[in-house]
Amino acid sequence: MKEKARLLDKETIARTLMRIAHEILEKNKGMDDVCFVGIRNRGVYLAQRLAACIKTIEGKEVPVGALDITLYRDDLTLIAAQPLVRKTEISFDITGKNLVLVDDVLYTGRTVRAALDELIDFGRPKSIQLAVLVDRGHRELPVRADYAGKNVPTSANETVEVRLTEVDGKDEVVIIEKE
Amino acid sequence: MAWIRKDLLGLEDLNKEEIELILNTAESFKEVSTREIKKVPALRGKTVVNLFYEPSTRTRVSFEVAAKRLSADVINIAAQESSVRKGETLIDTGRNIEALKADIIVIRHSASGAAAILARNVSVSVINAGDGWHEHPTQALLDIFTLKEKLGSIEGFKVSIVGDIAHSRVARSNIWGLTKLGAEVTVCAPRILIPPGIEEMGAKITDNIDEALSCADAVNVLRMQFERDEENAFPDQLDYFKKFGITEERLKKAKKNIIVMHPGPINRGIEMSSAVADSPSSVILEQVTNGIAVRMAVLFLVSQGHDQKNDNIN
Amino acid sequence: MTILIKNGRVVDPANNLDEILDILIEDGLIAKVGANIRTQAKEIIDATGTIVMPGLVDMHVHLREPGREDKETIATGTAAAAKGGVTSVLVMPNTQPAIDSVESVALLKKIIQETAKVNVFIAAAITRQRQGSELTDIAKLKQEGIVAISDDGASVDNDALFQEALEKAKEQQVLVICHSEDKLLSCGGVVNLGLTSTRLGLRGISSASEYNRVARDIQLAEKTKANIHIAHVSCKESLELISQAKKKGIKVTCETAPHYFSLSEEAVLGFDTNMKVNPPLRSKDDLAGIRQGLVQATIDVIASDHAPHTENEKDIEFERAESGVIGLETELAVAATELIHTGLLDWLDLAKKMALNPARALGINKGTLGVGCDADVIVVSPDKEWIVQKEKFVSKSKNSAFLGKKLKGVVEYTICAGEIIYRNADVRREDR
Repeated sequence: MKEKARLLDKETIARTLMRIAHEILEKNKGMDDVCFVGIRNRGVYLAQRLAACIKTIEGKEVPVGALDITLYRDDLTLIAAQPLVRKTEISFDITGKNLVLVDDVLYTGRTVRAALDELIDFGRPKSIQLAVLVDRGHRELPVRADYAGKNVPTSANETVEVRLTEVDGKDEVVIIEKE
Repeated sequence: MAWIRKDLLGLEDLNKEEIELILNTAESFKEVSTREIKKVPALRGKTVVNLFYEPSTRTRVSFEVAAKRLSADVINIAAQESSVRKGETLIDTGRNIEALKADIIVIRHSASGAAAILARNVSVSVINAGDGWHEHPTQALLDIFTLKEKLGSIEGFKVSIVGDIAHSRVARSNIWGLTKLGAEVTVCAPRILIPPGIEEMGAKITDNIDEALSCADAVNVLRMQFERDEENAFPDQLDYFKKFGITEERLKKAKKNIIVMHPGPINRGIEMSSAVADSPSSVILEQVTNGIAVRMAVLFLVSQGHDQKNDNIN
Repeated sequence: MTILIKNGRVVDPANNLDEILDILIEDGLIAKVGANIRTQAKEIIDATGTIVMPGLVDMHVHLREPGREDKETIATGTAAAAKGGVTSVLVMPNTQPAIDSVESVALLKKIIQETAKVNVFIAAAITRQRQGSELTDIAKLKQEGIVAISDDGASVDNDALFQEALEKAKEQQVLVICHSEDKLLSCGGVVNLGLTSTRLGLRGISSASEYNRVARDIQLAEKTKANIHIAHVSCKESLELISQAKKKGIKVTCETAPHYFSLSEEAVLGFDTNMKVNPPLRSKDDLAGIRQGLVQATIDVIASDHAPHTENEKDIEFERAESGVIGLETELAVAATELIHTGLLDWLDLAKKMALNPARALGINKGTLGVGCDADVIVVSPDKEWIVQKEKFVSKSKNSAFLGKKLKGVVEYTICAGEIIYRNADVRREDR
């Protein structure tokens, strides 16, 4: 594995998230009935940051939930040999809400598909929108992001890694070439 | 840490990390049972067969609910034990179930080692739901899960197990699990019901109930079976209650927040008084709830372990 | 047929021999034992680098015929014996029907005459049907040719009855082989009582169930001055009692089986029914004690207690499985691996325990390479390694405690009554 290039640095990430927050506000005409649900693991931290941005802009508290999709994966989304099952924590009712699903990287679309399946089991949101920090293409299912931080063309033998301070100790997005 | 075993036969062979993996996974599954739609598709399309040679409603129902909440298909077989030269052998039954392309067999049997024999002769995953006096791993896991929830951790805490230790698979599995996680275990029973080697397994021994309760953070009260016709140290149920029964008076001398557990079903007035069974110290019903989460975790991990093995073979 | 075995290390305890010599066999007997024998022979065996010793005399074998021919027959069992270097066996009477009458002995003798590949000696039951209540007619049975009596599988619980049996046996000069077990103590147990039985959740058998009965058997032997032989000794307390008895001059000999000097109770962990034997595999202390007992000659004989069982009776729940393991084809190699290659015994000791002593105990003229004696001889490669495999067993049953184990010691030739009844080379040729 070889790090090929750094796509985003700390400042760029912060600005990008702020821009996405503005877009969400604009599209939803305010934050009434909006909620964030981050896909574990890094999607949750991004969702929390987006909520923080909203707070800065509008002064409003938006609920943030955490979704673990391990139990809803299809075989092809198994990235690691055996992912750990973590807790799903959505402490609010999602029915009737405009739910913004947040993830770090959008790739084949299977993670989002699993997330949609799981969310439907929780309730009936009014709408589900998708916000991602990086869209790297190569969709295998008809999924698209409503809000994308950066669109990055990649090849199959590359990986896009999002690193966040909360988990990795620093903020950056890098492309890695698999040997 | 990944789960690599195709079966769960007991806690004796597991290491600390494996037990913790099950407990952590169970936590996530506990949340599923709080949802409106208590189902996740994790085991969708998989077939779980409950092969019960001993009648047991509680454990069987618990496994059934757990499997169904994972979206698995469940088949219940109330099987007859075969005597030598009569009836279908255990291995043959196992192979027949394998031929149905079942994915997991949950087996309860009166002979120690039955789960192991089945596991070595079929490629299907096998979960031991109790074999003779040997082990009942999911019961011990849910007991430990409940303790961990209440105490925060297991290491350094004192747990006493009271009852017919010699004939108890629940006792053995608990001793293994608790000692591996660093708890101090004491067993309490009349001497004749304490089998040899318990100290080598890591537990202390006493035949005095007050001593067992005195510094314990938790007491696990086993079911006394008086139906057994041999070696009855206590032919008289009242006598047992007098000497070993958990009563409010006895608990007064114990630690203030002592946790009282029981695998169920309780014999009120024999192992413990009704008052104790219904008191806030008793976590018996929580054990039942946690049993679902723990069994969901075990079914999930074991089916992954099975797939892993097959992938590696390919 | 004339056979000349050249250049082997001849080990013959009866004549105190352990040197490189040649052996000439003629007309079924040992004709000559000496250095550089030059003569014409139909078959010349180059025994360089091998041990040439008396054919083993296994005085504790179950061949299951009549009654359970699905497990083993005299034919298959003696073929297995030949492969293992055993030229004489003593069969136990717990067949169906039991060997407890002149008629049943006669029937068995006929089967032996027609099908046996090695010498088969007969032990009759002490009590009718081995039920422990009525004595068999020991005098008549002796006339019919039995050499020992035993209720093996059971002990005679009634002290008075057993005493009477010992008295009659002494009169008839018949060896009494004692399966010393107090079933009231061992009742229902399936493994050694101890940490292992607790870990496995199985009912345990205490050592007391063996040594209490050994004490009783010795006491009655002392009283009656009969010759008794304690079968399959498994624990150190029994050895202590036997040792004391010998010092007092009581006529007691004893045997142990290969599993008792190689394995201990931990082997049962995992519920392997091929480790289920009666008496059970005992503690590490007992294992050490048995090995010491062999070194100190408290234990006179090594006998296999060859107990074949079908898969149906072994591949089932542990507590329901039959007790017993086969042993004819592995006993010599296990003894060589565990006792000789570890330096505990030498080949002379081993030949004594596995050929000469058992023959003497039974009062038969076997286990010796003396000139004029029956030519029951084996040629063994002492260092050749092999792995015990289920498929290679000649015995009808495959329940061995040593499956998968690597052993040292291979029988190259087995000669019985002056005929080569087994050649390892043939077997290896067939395998190719």
